[in-house]
Amino acid sequence: MVSLSGNLLFIAFLLYLIGTVFFAGSIKDKRGREKEHGPNKWAKIGVGITIAGFLSQVSYFITRWIAAGHAPVSNLFEFTTFFGMCLVGAFIVIYFIYKLAALGLFTLPVAMLLIAYAAMFPRDISPLVPSLQSNWLHIHVTTAALGQAILAISFIAGLIYLIKAVDHSKKNKEAFWLEAVLFGLVCTLGFVVISTVFSAAGYKSDFNWIDNNNVESVQEFHLPALVGPHEGEHLTPDKFSPLVETPAIIDAKKLNTVIWSLITGTVLYLLFRLLFRKRIAESLQSLTKRVNLDLVDEIGYRSVLIGFPIFTLGALIFAMIWAQIAWSRFWGWDPKEVWALITWLFYAAYLHLRLSKGWHGNKSAWLGVIGFIIIMFNLIVVNLVIAGLHSYAGS
Amino acid sequence: MKQVKCECGHVNPHGTVLCESCGRVLVEEEKSKKVVDMRYEGSARRSQTYNKTIIDKIWNFFSSVKVGVTLIIITLAASAIGTIFPQEMYIPTTEPASIYYESQYGFLGKLYYVLGLHNLYSSWWYLVLIASIGISLVICSLDRVIPLYRALKNQKVSRHEGFLKRQRLFGISKVDELDHSYELVKEKLESKRYKIREENGDILAEKGRFSRWGPYINHIGLIIFLIGGMMRFVPGMYVDELLWVREGETAVIPETNGEYYLENHKFVLEVYDKDSDNEAFANAIENNGMVAKNFQTDTTLYKKSAETVAGEEPILDKVEDYELRVNEPLKFEQFALYQQSYKLDELNQMHFALTNKETNEALGDLTIDLYNPQDEYDLGEGYKVEVLSYFPDFEFDENSEPVTKSRIPNNPAFVFKMFTPEKPDGEVSFVAIKQTIEPFGDNDFKMTFKGVETKNVSAITVRKDLTLGILAVGGFIFMIGVIQGAYWNHRRIWLRRVDGEVWVAGHTNKNWHGLKREITGILQGTGIEEPKDQLDEKEK
Ligand code: HEM
Repeated sequence: MVSLSGNLLFIAFLLYLIGTVFFAGSIKDKRGREKEHGPNKWAKIGVGITIAGFLSQVSYFITRWIAAGHAPVSNLFEFTTFFGMCLVGAFIVIYFIYKLAALGLFTLPVAMLLIAYAAMFPRDISPLVPSLQSNWLHIHVTTAALGQAILAISFIAGLIYLIKAVDHSKKNKEAFWLEAVLFGLVCTLGFVVISTVFSAAGYKSDFNWIDNNNVESVQEFHLPALVGPHEGEHLTPDKFSPLVETPAIIDAKKLNTVIWSLITGTVLYLLFRLLFRKRIAESLQSLTKRVNLDLVDEIGYRSVLIGFPIFTLGALIFAMIWAQIAWSRFWGWDPKEVWALITWLFYAAYLHLRLSKGWHGNKSAWLGVIGFIIIMFNLIVVNLVIAGLHSYAGS
Repeated sequence: MKQVKCECGHVNPHGTVLCESCGRVLVEEEKSKKVVDMRYEGSARRSQTYNKTIIDKIWNFFSSVKVGVTLIIITLAASAIGTIFPQEMYIPTTEPASIYYESQYGFLGKLYYVLGLHNLYSSWWYLVLIASIGISLVICSLDRVIPLYRALKNQKVSRHEGFLKRQRLFGISKVDELDHSYELVKEKLESKRYKIREENGDILAEKGRFSRWGPYINHIGLIIFLIGGMMRFVPGMYVDELLWVREGETAVIPETNGEYYLENHKFVLEVYDKDSDNEAFANAIENNGMVAKNFQTDTTLYKKSAETVAGEEPILDKVEDYELRVNEPLKFEQFALYQQSYKLDELNQMHFALTNKETNEALGDLTIDLYNPQDEYDLGEGYKVEVLSYFPDFEFDENSEPVTKSRIPNNPAFVFKMFTPEKPDGEVSFVAIKQTIEPFGDNDFKMTFKGVETKNVSAITVRKDLTLGILAVGGFIFMIGVIQGAYWNHRRIWLRRVDGEVWVAGHTNKNWHGLKREITGILQGTGIEEPKDQLDEKEK
């Protein structure tokens, strides 16, 4: 069951990849360009494949649920793949409202990146600690992730909007920051690439070190240690030795991973620039040529409108109900809770700025992008760096 | 108060920009605008009308969305700062906060502590921020909802030309067979679920007006929620106590006026087992080590019997047996008990034997209850041990005097006086774990340590929270309001005959693109031209 489940996830990933190709084809297809109405054949196949991929991933989810005896949303790998699945699901729904192929072209790669990212973390089916043994785990986590995924569509829409609307020919702030966001995505890809390479090679080096609380422990690095732990003793001297030591309050292993991701991301980015001789945003612009800006602007807003109530319900209300049952208090200012509140406040601000201050177009698109950054921050940084009650085991 | 009478005869409140009934522009400056501001139907909002007294100024400040959003953003940023380092409630209790932050996080940690950010969410300024958002919610809603309600209720079907012309979506077309087109349009409007009103051959098609109340309803929900949050500080509404009960012990439950008691029969800690639990977990258990499966206290809840005589031991009536687990609180009356924490193997009893040092002969055993030691233990035949002093959690203070850190027997130590027929005046001995001191020289007898008994202790949270009902109501109303405002929107389409032409105008509070697409569908094939977006034209 477990291996079947893993295969289904892999198939879903491949189908998303193929789906992306078809969506790209639908945009490049010259036929049907005059007829404004209706998606062309490529787009129809693309969405069909996407749905197949989605179903495959749903099957992964169900089989894993059966194998584990609980919904697979209990560690970073499971939650992040689930989030990717919700993102695809949200896209499918929005696609049938607006029939915009470009949305698929941008959503699927982001979903694949999320899944690939998730796969870099321990994939074991983990048993549930007592506080997680509740049906509220399923109810709360799934609704919260669904809400976030729908909100994330406004990021995709914002990205498309900006790629099309920003003037890339001149140097300007908007173009710079847009490129920075895309660079961030490339670095995530960099993380996936470099982790895969060294894990395939079975690279491992160990350090003995004494942490901030004077506890001696061994840290196992899976990437060559460019930076090493504070006063660490290298136990595998045949492997690469650190160039610098981190101060005691910084986790050397995590910092090392970040550095490697940045390096690999930069290399990938430079390769891209060499190949296309253009910024990424500028190269993508041709894919957005036929996109109606008002339409993407509205998709961004609609997805926030649809996602906001679901997010409120899942990430705040259900969360509070469960916290009251499990921890005896509905709210405890745990970092994860606080970041859910921050996300919620942010999208509330978005809605007010849009409705009452008339923030449309570029401004609204940027807010969509920033909102997604906050969601990702809550998913990644809060889980891995700011430890709290919610933090997932894993590294 | 000065009121404004429109030419159409409708009397509007002072400050109205567009007549509530016919929409005629009542304010000179507005007439020069190509598109009127329709956000609140040009109604008379207090904040837009008065700005003289202090109260006006405060009202206007809090009713501004700019201020509201600024407050939200500041709160958001402040909340984020509170997550940089753990809040005080989450740091280990082994070190005081004044030392912990600096020792863990260096200079920044110290700064965090000095600025009070380690208790950010209960700081006065954070509460002021939340309160300001609350005030802003009340004022901004009151400022808008009544005028908006009046304007939408009083609106007439036939709108003034000046009103239609200044709508964002507006168009004029000449149609030959107008009556026929009208029938078609009406049919299509109906199929799109518009409510249609007709007067003098003019049409007002409207749908989703109720969604306009969504924001106000959700704001009311939020206010109720915030009020619920404040109620916690009202005495009697909220109880948060931690109760430690040892196995075998019955403890009175705090805050119940001595009415309820809880007995801890046994604390159970289970961990997942590679072999007997789901085999899918095997890898995870191997990689992560032990994973807890269950924390449970087997308890009995008692209520003090009415027959209890004051001043005597209470008589307890059993209420129920309950296996108290995480996620399964025990509820009674307004209280709930939660399995919160535990301590395994706390020292409970110590066994000693009085021994002759030379012959190693044991002259009698004694067992000391570490929570309730007796003053003396008579071993018979002239053998007796007195407990002169007891230090449950012993250490030497700076003057090298023995003291106790707490009443928990983490490190018990005793001063014994041993009486024997050979030494009827007694010998004094100081006994701690792995340590014996004989302050008055060599003794003939000693207390030989024989062993200990330990018990598990459960920490149980005692909670009463009467604010939960209010919070639930607030949250529920909030959800109704957001859904109402988010999943529907308010759309209106006007058609008016003017000198053989048809004037078409459209308005929505959001999703203009959607409205345009809908109008395109409605007017298709009716001979009436689509209205243009006048904002687009302005940009071009
Ligand atoms: C965290 C707090 C708040 C939340 C969650 C919230 C939520 C909302 C939502 C969901 C909407 C509907 C937006 C839309 O449909 O696009 C809305 C509208 C609105 N909110 Fe808030 N709000 C909050 C605080 C405030 C504050 C402090 C103000 C004060 C200025 C305010 C003023 C308004 C106004 C004026 C509207 C528009 C009403 C209309 O046009 O009919 N809100 N709010």
